[in-house]
Amino acid sequence: MIEFRNVVKNFGKLEVLKNISTRMEAGQSIALIGPNGCGKTTLIKSILGMVKPHSGQILVNENDIEQSIDYRRQIGYMPQIGRYPQNMTIAQVIDMLKSLRQDQSTLDHELVESFKLADIADKKLGTLSGGTTQKVSAVIAFLFNPSILILDEPTAGLDPLSSEILRDKILREKAGNKLILITSHLLNELDELVSHIMYMQDGRISFFDTLENVARKTEQAKISKAISVILKRGSYE
Amino acid sequence: MNRIARFVFVDILKNSFVIIYAVILFLLSSSVLALEDNSSKGVLSMLNIILLIVPLVSIIFSTIYIYNSAEFVELLLSQPVKRTVIWRSLFYGLSLALSLAFVLGAGVSLILFVGDLLGLFLFFIGILLTLIFTSFALLCAVWAKDKAKGIGLSILVWLFFSLFYDGLLVFGMFQFSEYPLEKLMMVFTLLNPIDLSRILILLQLDVSALLGYTSAVFKEFLGSQLGIIISFVALVLWFVIPYFYSLYKFNRKDL
Amino acid sequence: MKLGILVLLLIPFGVRLNAITLTVGTDAQYKSIKSALQACNDNDTVVVGEGIYKEGNLIISKKIVFIGQPGAILDGESQYEILSIKSSNVVVKGFKLQNSGFSTLNDPGAIKVYDAHNVVVENNILENNFFGIYIQYGQNCVIKNNQIHSTGTEEQKIGNGIHCWKSDSLLIIGNEVSGHRDGIYFEFVSNSLVWRNKSKHNVRYGLHFMFSNSDSYIANQFIANGAGVAVMFSKGVRMYNNYFKENWGEAAYGILLKEISDSEILANTFDQNTAALYLEGASRMIIEKNSFVKNGWALKMQASCIDNKVSLNNFFSNTFDVSTNGTVVLNSFDQNYWDKYEGYDLNKDGVGDIPFHPLSLFCVLSERNPTMMFIFRSFIVDLLDKSEKLLPSITPMNFVDEKPMMKSYSL
Repeated sequence: MIEFRNVVKNFGKLEVLKNISTRMEAGQSIALIGPNGCGKTTLIKSILGMVKPHSGQILVNENDIEQSIDYRRQIGYMPQIGRYPQNMTIAQVIDMLKSLRQDQSTLDHELVESFKLADIADKKLGTLSGGTTQKVSAVIAFLFNPSILILDEPTAGLDPLSSEILRDKILREKAGNKLILITSHLLNELDELVSHIMYMQDGRISFFDTLENVARKTEQAKISKAISVILKRGSYE
Repeated sequence: MNRIARFVFVDILKNSFVIIYAVILFLLSSSVLALEDNSSKGVLSMLNIILLIVPLVSIIFSTIYIYNSAEFVELLLSQPVKRTVIWRSLFYGLSLALSLAFVLGAGVSLILFVGDLLGLFLFFIGILLTLIFTSFALLCAVWAKDKAKGIGLSILVWLFFSLFYDGLLVFGMFQFSEYPLEKLMMVFTLLNPIDLSRILILLQLDVSALLGYTSAVFKEFLGSQLGIIISFVALVLWFVIPYFYSLYKFNRKDL
Repeated sequence: MKLGILVLLLIPFGVRLNAITLTVGTDAQYKSIKSALQACNDNDTVVVGEGIYKEGNLIISKKIVFIGQPGAILDGESQYEILSIKSSNVVVKGFKLQNSGFSTLNDPGAIKVYDAHNVVVENNILENNFFGIYIQYGQNCVIKNNQIHSTGTEEQKIGNGIHCWKSDSLLIIGNEVSGHRDGIYFEFVSNSLVWRNKSKHNVRYGLHFMFSNSDSYIANQFIANGAGVAVMFSKGVRMYNNYFKENWGEAAYGILLKEISDSEILANTFDQNTAALYLEGASRMIIEKNSFVKNGWALKMQASCIDNKVSLNNFFSNTFDVSTNGTVVLNSFDQNYWDKYEGYDLNKDGVGDIPFHPLSLFCVLSERNPTMMFIFRSFIVDLLDKSEKLLPSITPMNFVDEKPMMKSYSL
């Protein structure tokens, strides 16, 4: 579904993505993890076209993302910190996005209801708390029933109840043959959500494997434990 | 106009600053044009307003607005919207809203009190300067990643075109005073939209007689129909080129 | 003896008795003017009745009174000089003279006075002539209340309205001249008075004189002439109470003074002229009690001007009050009212406590380097002028009115 071919990205002298080549398929739910500054966010942003690689290609459904922006119809993106126009209300933002997407046949209003956003739909985004803003981000990411979900720290800032609602939602989507890409610092909460782990370090993908393989190789059932074993060992193999 | 541009346009119109801008323009222009007994003096004061305030407000307001729209742009970028469309929408929205403020604030009194070709000239030059300095703002915003730097840059750009440029010319004129510089000045005029606007209007006024033989060269060129067309084309290029360059930069920018 | 006395007594009566009036007209004694002019003698009166007379060049060579009745029109058919006066003591009155010939060779005029004195030209209407009234070698001639109009647009194709050459003691009074090359032209004319004339919309100068000393110009109006008024190579000129208005254009002046000395310019009004008073090589001039209003430059004093006194004048709403291309100031400014003066008057004596420098930096710079006009009306000019006011460095320091008035004079 998403394929990286020798993607290189520098910020000034700093190499952030060092010749990344990988392939992610539908049905996979991938935990993208790694230390701060390893290039996770850059990787995500480059899929969305917000960051332009210096060389290499990124393909979504075998199409180069530079050729057409239509692939973004299939992507739901939930940013780490959602930043929205201060003067717009929640309803206005959602209406505007709907009119931009113009494919309202398969709208997914589940989160709107479970987060009870209708009650505060007329509030301006500038007045919302961080958690509520995250809810809006989540709603937007899932709204158009995309086949690819990119969730950057999805539960950060959410209260436990909302966090649980979102986890349940992700689990349901995981069952629906979608590609889900999640980054999170809270490795514990990833355990049930993901089927694969992609570990990045210094701009490279250290390993990308199924959860079962990782568990087998490290003899650890929990992701957090497995990662610490790998880090101690110094390598994945 | 696409949805995003319409959104930007409406969003700016809701901004009290633009309303204040229009009201101030209206107060200034109507007082200057209606109260001044000598209409040519009124036009000269009006010219000063247009040459100073319109560029300043256009560039600073637009720069700030673009930085404040960073979130909005980011949101749109994750959607199936082309970068070109986003940037174009910002430009359309800003220039339309600021032009509308100019038209309502100053344009009405220009047509009412000045009328004829001169009023029309001032009217279009006001709008063109709005477009030009809005596109300069886009350029500043795409160049400087940081908001404070961007606003600083936009003030510098404004200062450059309304002050430093002429200062450098004065310096040059005295350094090379033994050479005939009139023709060269013609070229330098085209290279500064504010100077070009000023001279275009001055040539339409009685005071052009004060320009002496310097004006002969200008009159020969800018006074002719072809010259006027070329000048207006130059003014159009002054917003088209920076706009497209900023678009080129924006399309390649990491956000 | 008795007869001799009788004859002697009769001589003065005889003269009178011999002076007759000849009438010209379709039903009159003479059918043509020419025949009347031929038949008449000195001291006769020729009265011309209504009608258009196309008789080519009419020459008056006797001292007669030549009167046109209403509707008497002399037409030069664009070929002839209409009236040539070659005798002294001639009076020409009440005619309409139109369509004189055109020639740059002998400058035909509607009325031309050749080498004569005591000629009076009065109450005539002159239309569409090459030269209007032309006097050469005239003395004590009076040109009064004539209307002189033409419709010239090109300098070369039109002559002057009132043209005087090598003459003395002329009176030019109450005429109106428009559409000629120069309205009133004096060359080598002295001791003459130009009073209450209106000269407007002439192609070149409203008034133009050269090498004409000791003349007075009083209460005339010079309006919207192509280049205003030019005064050159003369001295002892007195210009009082004249009105110079709307002489506007790249090369237009209220008055252009060139090589003038010992003259007075008093109580004139200069309104909306490009350069109200342009002085070049002017010396010992007294410029007093004039009003300079809404001119481009009120005073343009070139470096060659010395010992001129500019005092008690009003300066209102001029773009530039004073400009000069020199660095040394040999002229004085005293007790003028300047509307640009921003000083104060603590002791309330009506005189500003700090001196006024009427010269702006931009003026000085643009005089030295005319290309500077390029930045005319730009933001930087205001800044330059303001900074120069605070820290004068380039403008001549002694170019100053030490006693600027707080209130304008009522002139």
